[in-house]
This record gives sequence, structure tokens and C-alpha cells, in this order.
Amino acid sequence: MAKITVKVDGVSRSDEVEPRLLLVHYLRDVRGRVGTVVGCDTSNCGACTVLLDGQSVKSCSVLAVQADGSDVLTIEGLASTVDSELHPVQEAFRECHGLQCGYCTPGMIMASVDLLNNNPNPSEQEIREGIEGNLCRCTGYHNIVRAVQTAAATMANGSVGVTA
Amino acid sequence: MTTTEAKSDTVFGQPLRRKEDAHLITGRTRWTDNIQLPGMLHLAFLRSPIAHAKITVDTAAAASYPGVVAVYSAADFGAEMGFMADAWTCHPDMKKPLNPPLATDEVRYVGEPIAVVVAESRYAANDALEAISVDYDALPAVIDVEAALADGTPLVHDALGTNQCYHLLSPGDSYEAAKAKADVVLKRRFRQQRLIPAAMEPRAVVVVPTVDDFTMYSSTQIPHVLRVLLALITGVSESKMRVVAPDVGGGFGSKIACSAEEIISLLVAKRLALPVKWNESRSESMQTVHHGRDQIQEIEIAAKSDGTLLGMKVDLIADLGAYLRLFTAGVPLFGAAMFNAIYKMEGYQFNCQTVFTNKCPTDAYRGAGRPEATFGAERMMDELAAHLGMDPLELREKNWIKHEEFPFTTISGSVYDSGNYEAATARSKELFGYDELRAEQQRRRESNDPVQLGIGVSTFTEACGLAPSRALGQLNVSAGGWERAEIRVTITGKIQVITGSTPHGQGHLTAWSQLVSDKLGVPFEDIDVLAGDTASSPQGLDTYGSRSLVVGGSAVVKACDKVIAKARRVAAHTLECDEDDLEFANGAFTVKGSPGSKMLIQECAFATHLAHNIPDGMEPSLNSTYTYDPINLSYPHGTHLCAVEVDTETGFSKIRKYVAVDDVGVVVNPLIVEGQVHGGIAQGIGQAMFEEGLYDEDGNLTTGTFVDYLIPSAADLPSYITDRTETPSTDNPIGAKGVGEAGCIASTPAVVNAIVDAVRPFGITDIPMPCTPERVWRAVSEAKKAHPHHGSAHGGAA
Ligand code: FES
Ligand code: FES
Repeated sequence: MAKITVKVDGVSRSDEVEPRLLLVHYLRDVRGRVGTVVGCDTSNCGACTVLLDGQSVKSCSVLAVQADGSDVLTIEGLASTVDSELHPVQEAFRECHGLQCGYCTPGMIMASVDLLNNNPNPSEQEIREGIEGNLCRCTGYHNIVRAVQTAAATMANGSVGVTA
Repeated sequence: MTTTEAKSDTVFGQPLRRKEDAHLITGRTRWTDNIQLPGMLHLAFLRSPIAHAKITVDTAAAASYPGVVAVYSAADFGAEMGFMADAWTCHPDMKKPLNPPLATDEVRYVGEPIAVVVAESRYAANDALEAISVDYDALPAVIDVEAALADGTPLVHDALGTNQCYHLLSPGDSYEAAKAKADVVLKRRFRQQRLIPAAMEPRAVVVVPTVDDFTMYSSTQIPHVLRVLLALITGVSESKMRVVAPDVGGGFGSKIACSAEEIISLLVAKRLALPVKWNESRSESMQTVHHGRDQIQEIEIAAKSDGTLLGMKVDLIADLGAYLRLFTAGVPLFGAAMFNAIYKMEGYQFNCQTVFTNKCPTDAYRGAGRPEATFGAERMMDELAAHLGMDPLELREKNWIKHEEFPFTTISGSVYDSGNYEAATARSKELFGYDELRAEQQRRRESNDPVQLGIGVSTFTEACGLAPSRALGQLNVSAGGWERAEIRVTITGKIQVITGSTPHGQGHLTAWSQLVSDKLGVPFEDIDVLAGDTASSPQGLDTYGSRSLVVGGSAVVKACDKVIAKARRVAAHTLECDEDDLEFANGAFTVKGSPGSKMLIQECAFATHLAHNIPDGMEPSLNSTYTYDPINLSYPHGTHLCAVEVDTETGFSKIRKYVAVDDVGVVVNPLIVEGQVHGGIAQGIGQAMFEEGLYDEDGNLTTGTFVDYLIPSAADLPSYITDRTETPSTDNPIGAKGVGEAGCIASTPAVVNAIVDAVRPFGITDIPMPCTPERVWRAVSEAKKAHPHHGSAHGGAA
């Protein structure tokens, strides 16, 4: 067992974990952040995407011990309470019907947040390539692309968030 | 929308944001795998790594592994575990192999479950799998579906004496008679490759036992049907079992099952009296959740030289895989009545062989039988058009059912209630810029542009909302076609809608709220929907085959009518008038001719609950249920047009433009309809260009992860142009026709027609799916070698 200290959605905590425990299972099973989900075992689907020290990572391809001392942001930390402000990307996904079953959605939103942090004004092609590592079986991506465009526009207008 | 304007005075028909999204975009979700309970044990299944073998299992070593509580094989359960279910006797002589949930003495596909480990954590359960010892005495594997039919081929099931499940030939010789009059007879062979549905959420099951009953949470499309099947298979009484489908991360048919894992999870929870959880990995999922399609079609059409279609003959071989799942055997028959599509013809013959092989069982995948049929029909129409030198849309127009000819009985006996193929096609052509793109195609052909433009047409129809129950009975399907709804009216006039149709991403909560808000005149926000839990919704037939709105929504509307009828009695009693003197609109009863005399439905609810002064003998409740059995299927249709740029030097195809004009009848929420169309198109493009479940000759699935099985990403797909025409269904109270499968059915032939159209000047008349760059490049290279005189894109059509 290894001792790690990880800040998850603003809360720091120390835990004893098996060295082989994946970050995604640590987040879900140990820290109770079940918004982040698992869709594959080959790091292809992106359903498990979170921000690790501000950068999007597939949390199924990181060991929990590798996250020792890090700051992790999950979908549940993006809008910190149910009633708090949604992130513009979350708001845009809802506005543009960018989800159906919603299973890919947390990962898709986290990947989009990272994309927009790095490129606030992406072209359609850049959006498509930016979320290429996140698979969605329901939406055909059309509305996801629109959601990212919409969020980019909102964020460019200086708004950091809109009320839920 | 072109023919009808959306209603602006109600929420019905409005693109309202979905009620279900708030929890999904914030991660406050209820996936089955989120459930953690004290003492919960985790299951892991040992699966066969060999396609066909006799087995001997020894679990002793695994049982003493750290963290392991128990290890079970078939011998531990014996008769208790029953056999997997199938739901359709397609033919009186049909062969039905027995399929125990855990293999007893023989395995028949890679991935077949053999034993289960029960442990304190999922990691520990997986660790112990390797300690189970199995002796595999390999048997010859039957992989090729055609070879499987040959004399002397090894058998998948010795006890059946054949690899054929059934052979069905439609009666009569109408096709031969039609063919005798033909100027042109064209024959093509198409392959519907094996597909893997790949819903993003892998399957998960949690079973919580109490003293003598069980709650099962499962990532299923069919909690109601599942409960019945579990009862029939395991003998655990239906009344002692609650099945819940919480948030379900997509299905596409793959979660219409009573799976081995669900059965075994229930038995383990029963035996150990502790909650258990099973959550599959993606690789397990790819091997063992049923696959879709996998048919070989040989289609012959007969026509006159002016393009008049005379008849069609379909020879089908369907690969069922190793065993029968719920609708495995029936899937080809779902397509039997759809090959004739939207066309009139005099002759039709359907000849279907269904075959067992040592592969994962197939079953319903988005569209189930209808995508296969539509593909065959629409590819043949394009082939005929090319052969005759006609425009493919002109050829279709010459042969389709005209809008004034509905209702129309097709050659295969379906009754299409309504449709307007002219309107959808005209709109689609306009949005596409059909003539301009044809002109550009011509220019590229003439200039021998290495990048050729192809235009693909698909004017499709499908059949939704499998029903009526009586007809299903005549076809020997062990299921009804009805759906149930219940409306509960609370004392303050809020509404709970209980539906037997179980969503997995389709937005029932929103659509049902819109329906009820419109019907009862109660605010959209005051309506809640309960679904997917047999405790709150005791009866239902769940969600598949685009039946939700058409059948389930109709039940909701009919239940609302009963609520209104009850409220009317209360209003008439209170307002002291005849029931016939009351008008009901926007949630209020008014006395005809005296608009001041008025009672809101919420006031009726309150008065009914108090029950101080309601009509004599009236039950003090507005709550109502309705079980709706449709009188017919519904037939949405549409015209999809696709332009593809094909680089003839690299074989790379890129979709340049995709236009979908769908007619799904009356629309409750256009946002949801559009979303369904987008997702369907993407899945259909997946079949056309990317996806294929492949086995090697030993029966190993070589596309067993998302690394090898390519489901399209955002970068692989374009944005779509979508629009609608609206021809209401005349056979249900909403006028809706169903949309869940439309995009998936229409897009595959549209895309393949476009790719073939691009390279047709080389003499190419088909490219097998998926049309990967490698396949396109190979086809072009071989065509150049075979027809040096074509030599260029300009070379003329075959
Ligand atoms: S679960 Fe992490 S990429 Fe699929
Ligand atoms: S919304 Fe279902 S997988 Fe993306």
C-alpha cells in the first residue's frame, strides 16, 4: 500500500492505496466522485477525462500514486454544487443538446474545457481534432461541436459562468 | 420544417432543453456501477479463450486466493441456473440449442462464460481468474457462414445435427412471373459485416438481496422484460424481484437481453445473501455483448428498360453466432417486409437461411433487420439507375408509392399508413444543391481529377413500434406490442407520469412532460416522469425498435384522456352543469356559453382528493392508467443525400456534405428528434466506412478493443444538414412515427452509394463495407488493371 495526498475538487485528503490502483478508480471508489466514468480499458474513449494540475488526462491511464501531491478537477468540481454556477461548457452542452445518454459527457466536457483553455477560439476542425480522443456513440458529435463553439463565444464575451 | 408550422401556443412541438440534462452535465449520475453497499462483493467471469472445445473446470485453487469468497462453475448451480431465453420461433422446424448461462461441458465462442469468481474487490476478483484451471479439448471451429452450410462441415451443436437454425422461403412465384416480363435483370451480392453496438457504458449489474426478495440494478434497456425472463429462467418469483434501470449509458439494442451475467449475479446474491456487483470491461463487452448485422445478401431485381421495377428476389444468409439470444433468429425477419422499401412491384421473393457459427451471438442492433434490408434496396436502386443511365432520384420517383396512394399495401403485405416521398426528396435536393453537385461531379470526371466526387441517394422507409400484439402472436413472437402508462395527479395538481417505456438517452422525461403538459394544460415544470423501475412502473415492454413515443407516448395520451374524463365529472358536478356542456382547453373546464363558469384541472384534483363533494359513487382519484396496443406499425421515411470526395490515388474518402430530410410524423421535441437523427447518421456512417467485427480462422475476435474496432470520432465525421417534412401517422393518437433508427438505416446506403458513385467510371459496381481507404484503393487499382481501357475516371460506366 502507498500513502498519497491528492486534492480533488478543492478538497485535500490522504489515503492508503494499492500501488496499481488507477486514478479513475481512486476518484470513484475512494473519493466518491462518481461523475467520472470508465468506458474502455485501452485509453481510447475519454469517458474518464479529468484535469490533473490543469491539464486534461485520461484518468484510466494514470495511477493514483502518480497523482500524489496533485490537484484534480472532476466534472463534479466544475460546478461545485448542484445549485452553483455551471461552467459555460456545461451550460452550452445543455443548450445545444450536446448529450443523449450522457455517459461520455463528463469526459467530453472536461476535454472541451481543456481545449478552450488552450485555444479560446477554435475552428470547427480544431474542435473536432481537439475532442478526437473522446468517443460518443449517441450524438454523432454534431451538437457537441456546436456546444463547444457556443461555449467559446460565451467565454469570449468575458463571462466565466452562467447561473444554472 | 416545411409542411406544418410548430405550434407556438403550447410546449408541444417546441425544442425545449431536456429536463434530464442537469444531473448528467454535473456528474450527479446514477450509473449502475456507482452503487456501493456495505459488504458488497464483486464478480468476475472466466471466459473461454477458445472458439470451440470440450471443457473440464477446476476452481479449487482460485477459491483460496486472497480476497476470494467463492468460485462457481456450472456444476455448482446445476438446474438452478436454467437456460438462456429466445423469444421468437421463426419457423416450425427451427432448431433451438440449449444455452446454459455458464458453459457445462462445451464452449462455443471466445468469450463464453465458464466460471465466476466472487471476491471482496474487483481487482481481487480479476486476479483470481487466472487460478481457475480449465482443460480445453479443442474441437473444429465453424467460422465461415457459407461453409457452415456445406455437407460434412463440423457442427457447432452436435445435438442439432445441422448448422442451420431454420430456412424460410416466402410462398408463391410472383417474382418468377415478374422476371419473365423484364428487360433487365440485375444481381448483386452484399455483405452486411458484423458490427459491435458498443454503447459507451459497459454493462453493469448490482443485485441486492433481502430476506426473500431481490433488487437488481442493471444497465439494461428492458427492466420489465428482464424481470419476467429472470423469473422464468431461475424460478425466482417475479413478485419477489424488483428490477431497476437507473441512468443507462446507451443501448442501441445491445442491452435488450437477459444476460448470463444477470442470471448468475442473481444466483450468487441469493446463495451468499450479500449484495453483488458485476461491471464488465470494454474488451469483455466487445467479445460477449451480442453483435449486430452479419448477413450475406444476394439480391436480384427485374425491371423494364424504362426503369419500371417489376420484382425483387432476396437470398439471405444470416450468421447467428453460437447461440440464440432474445431476437437472434428473428432479426433477419424484421427485414423481410422491408426489402421492397418504398417501391411498387409485382413480384417478391424472400429466401432466408440462418446459420450457427462459433462466434458471439448476434441480435438486434439499431434498426435490427431494417438497415440490412434498406441497404439492399437502396444499393440496388442505384445499381439499376447506373445500368440504365438514369438519374437515381428519377428512377426512385418512377417507382415509389405516390403520396396520394396511401394507405398502401406493399407487395410483402405491410400497410403503410401515410407518407410523402415527393416532399422529403424535393426538400433534400434543394438543401443539398443536387444539380450543382452533379455538375461538379461531371467536371471532375471530365478533367480526370484524382479526387472524384460521388453522390449517394437513400430514400428510405422503416417500420417502427413493433405491434399489434395479435400480429406478433400470429408470427410466434413471445411478446406483446403494447405499452402502459399511468398518470398520477397529486393533491396540488402536480403530475407524475409512469411509463413502461424505459429510456437510455432518448429524453422520455422531457418528451412525456411536453405531451402531458399539452394534453392536461399543466405547466411543463409541474410534470415528473418515473421510468425504468418495476417498483414504480409495474408493467411495461421497455424501449427498442423506436417504439417509445409511438406506442409508449400514445399510452400516455390515452391515460391523460381518462384523467380528463374523470375531472370532467367533478367539474360538471361542481359547476352544476351537464358534462356535455363543458369545454376543456388549456387546463380549464368552462361551461359552453358562459366563460366565467370555470374550473381548473388542478382544482378538480384538489376537490377529488378532499372527496367532500364529488359525484355519487365516484372513485375519489383522478389517477388513470392505460395500456395501449397499436393497430399497426408506423412507417417514417426520408431522403438522405451524401456527397463524398474520393481520392482515387489513396482511396481516402471524405464526406463533403450530408443532408437528411426525415419525415417522422408529428414531432414533440425537434431538438430531441434532430439529436436522434445525428447520432443515427453517425452510426450508419460507422458501418459504411469504419466498423467491422472480425474473427480470425480460429474464431478469435481480432477487433476486440477500441484500438482495433473503429467507432468514428468527431474528427472522422462532418456536420450534418437536417430538416423535416411532417406527414402525420394516421394510426396513433399522436401522429408520431418514430425516429431512433432512421438515421442509422438511411445513412449506410447513402454513403456507400456515394463512394461507389465516385469510382463507378472505373467500372466499379460495389465496394464491400466498411469502405476503408484500403478497400477503395484496392478496388480502383484492380479496376484499372482489369479495364485498362477505362484507365481514368472519365472512362464510362459499367
Ligand atoms: S476509460 Fe479512460 S479512456 Fe476509456
Ligand atoms: S451521449 Fe451517449 S455516449 Fe455520448
